[in-house]
Amino acid sequence: MHGETVLRVRDLSVQFDSIDGTVHAVNNVSFDLKRGETLGIVGESGSGKSVSMMSLVRLIAEPPGKITSGSAMFITSDGEVDLLSLSRRQLSRLRGDRIGFIFQDPMSSLNPLMSVGAQIAESVRKHTQLQRAAAKTRAIELLEHVGIPGAKQRYDNYPHQFSGGMRQRVMIAIAISCNPDILIADEPTTALDVTVQAQIADLTNRLCKELSISVIWISHDLGVVAGLADQLMVMYGGTVVEYGEVEQVYAHPRHPYTIGLLGALPKLSKTEERLVNIAGAPPSLFSPPTQCPFADRCPWVFERCESERPALYDVGGEGRAGVVRSDDATDGRGSSDGWVDSHLTACFYDLERNRRRDADEPVAVRPGALAHEEQG
Amino acid sequence: MSVQPYFQVENLKQYFPITRGVIFSRTVGAIKAVDDVSFEIPAGETLGLVGESGCGKSTTGRSVLRLYEPTAGRVQLGDIDVTSLSATELRELRPKMQMIFQDSYSSLNPRHSVGKIVAEPMVIQGESDGARTRARVQELLELVGLNPDHMKRFPHEFSGGQRQRIGIARALALNPSFVVCDEPISALDVSIQAQVVNLLAELQKELGLTYLFIAHDLSMVRHISHRIAVMYLGKLMESATYDELFSAPLHPYTQSLMSAVPIPEPNIEKSRTRVILSGDVPSPVKPPTGCVFHTRCPFATDKCAAEVPEFREIRSGHRVACHHVDDPAIGPTIDAQREEIVTSIESAAGYGPDRTFSGAST
Repeated sequence: MHGETVLRVRDLSVQFDSIDGTVHAVNNVSFDLKRGETLGIVGESGSGKSVSMMSLVRLIAEPPGKITSGSAMFITSDGEVDLLSLSRRQLSRLRGDRIGFIFQDPMSSLNPLMSVGAQIAESVRKHTQLQRAAAKTRAIELLEHVGIPGAKQRYDNYPHQFSGGMRQRVMIAIAISCNPDILIADEPTTALDVTVQAQIADLTNRLCKELSISVIWISHDLGVVAGLADQLMVMYGGTVVEYGEVEQVYAHPRHPYTIGLLGALPKLSKTEERLVNIAGAPPSLFSPPTQCPFADRCPWVFERCESERPALYDVGGEGRAGVVRSDDATDGRGSSDGWVDSHLTACFYDLERNRRRDADEPVAVRPGALAHEEQG
Repeated sequence: MSVQPYFQVENLKQYFPITRGVIFSRTVGAIKAVDDVSFEIPAGETLGLVGESGCGKSTTGRSVLRLYEPTAGRVQLGDIDVTSLSATELRELRPKMQMIFQDSYSSLNPRHSVGKIVAEPMVIQGESDGARTRARVQELLELVGLNPDHMKRFPHEFSGGQRQRIGIARALALNPSFVVCDEPISALDVSIQAQVVNLLAELQKELGLTYLFIAHDLSMVRHISHRIAVMYLGKLMESATYDELFSAPLHPYTQSLMSAVPIPEPNIEKSRTRVILSGDVPSPVKPPTGCVFHTRCPFATDKCAAEVPEFREIRSGHRVACHHVDDPAIGPTIDAQREEIVTSIESAAGYGPDRTFSGAST
């Protein structure tokens, strides 16, 4: 079962109409999610990470939101469906059943007037044939499963009687109640304290591995994602700027934004004189995507970065730098399965370096360069 | 210690009454938000105060400035006893001690221009006179890295990081010597956090400021602090210099806190030793008896539930509130856990590529 793609998203774009103009919230996002794997999505606020995932299941307000392009193939043993072309009714049958959710703030996503047990049972009854009594038994089982002590007594408690961490456990119980194929976790640990955050992250990870659920873990915390994700997607200004295996991206970040972001984190293990300072502020999303979103803050900017938006290029290994990666790539390696195993980045740096080296022009060397770069 | 520390807090207590009844309201109990906290900060240094939400760290920050009237204890700034000052004297001392708030949305008046916000402390202290104030505001905005021409703009026109800079400029308007920074960066994005922390560190060097830096993020606190104090349910659990604390965290709570902080290195994060505490922080209305941490402590014994541990000095400058850190029975187990946690964190130190981020070198 492992290794198959469960969700294949291509070229997703989302816009929002506002009084001040159109907000280009998500631009041409593509990724694959494999069964049983965790895809970490990191980015700052406004980078489009939540909007892109929520738009997949149409949990954005439409209007003002509008999905302007893209497809999202959801692949199960029953066949393939494009989530973006489903009707509302078909989608609502999938949501909570095949696709589960955990949100950042459990207090506002749980119904304060319903006991937590009833909320879990509600989801179970909606998506299965179970009757009232059986659904209750299942709900108690789920509460035990997510580590709530005295589940039977706690069944009739209301959300306000639970602490933040316990509420998030209830959310997890609801999310996994129907053994979904995909779990979308939108910053589930952000509102929690660090010791509770560790509990919740561990619990989610353990349960999803047990049940072979694919997870999309949205976070702004590179530390949390490092411990959970198999694949990592870094978003900035509504686009994917880097995508690859998590070890690879942390060890050899190729996009200047990722390099800066990792350097801006204070280390628990050592003290630095000064943290990396990414000057400036995130881009306005009002302007249509015609240049690299990071160009204004990038210390290695070329003229080309300001006139053209870079596509995702493969920088996976030696000599591979600069291969355009998309489904219709001409090099014949662009099969749809090629995505996951490669390390992609939307930056002209490698291309420009190659061109300049061939033309004998001076090339700026970045720190953390790969071995084959330094030789050149 | 031979040098008198610049800022000193002794046995600070801050209790908030719990009342019942509307008309004949009576006190039925007290929330011990801060209970017997003592620390000191030498001039020009930073004390990082860390803890989870609800542990009383922000209350401590406010009590030491007498924004809340402390229930008991002594706070001393230089050779002035802050706790014994009258209202008038306190107002005269205010310019020396200022505060930077966490939430820059609610701490800046949305109807005032930036110029007015930054000048307000000077107006309140009666130091304002037209042209000089204007020049001072411009100077301050420049100091915190904002464009002085933006004086006439309003807070909503600025991003979160810029608004935090406005808050910093306002706190510096009266040339303070002591600043309480109450989680000034927790509402900001990572790349912006680094900008603000670097700014605070530069200002400290330039102006010789003394900071009480309150945060819940241990790694950020390590970066900016000279000394660190760890708080839990209104009490200090451990305090030491940052080097000492990170190389030898003695208290089980500090250890689990350190092991819970995620490390942004996948190989290390996925394999390292973690002590995951069970449960949540207990309610401060009914704190556990004895050591407040005993309900979640993996090493707790009957003694912990019965006796309040003394906050005592175990090594020079390193104070811990725990019965068992140096007892021969359980001490070695705590030590072993410490070794494991520290080793797994330190293995991350040499790890990862160079992430220098600056202009290209050819």
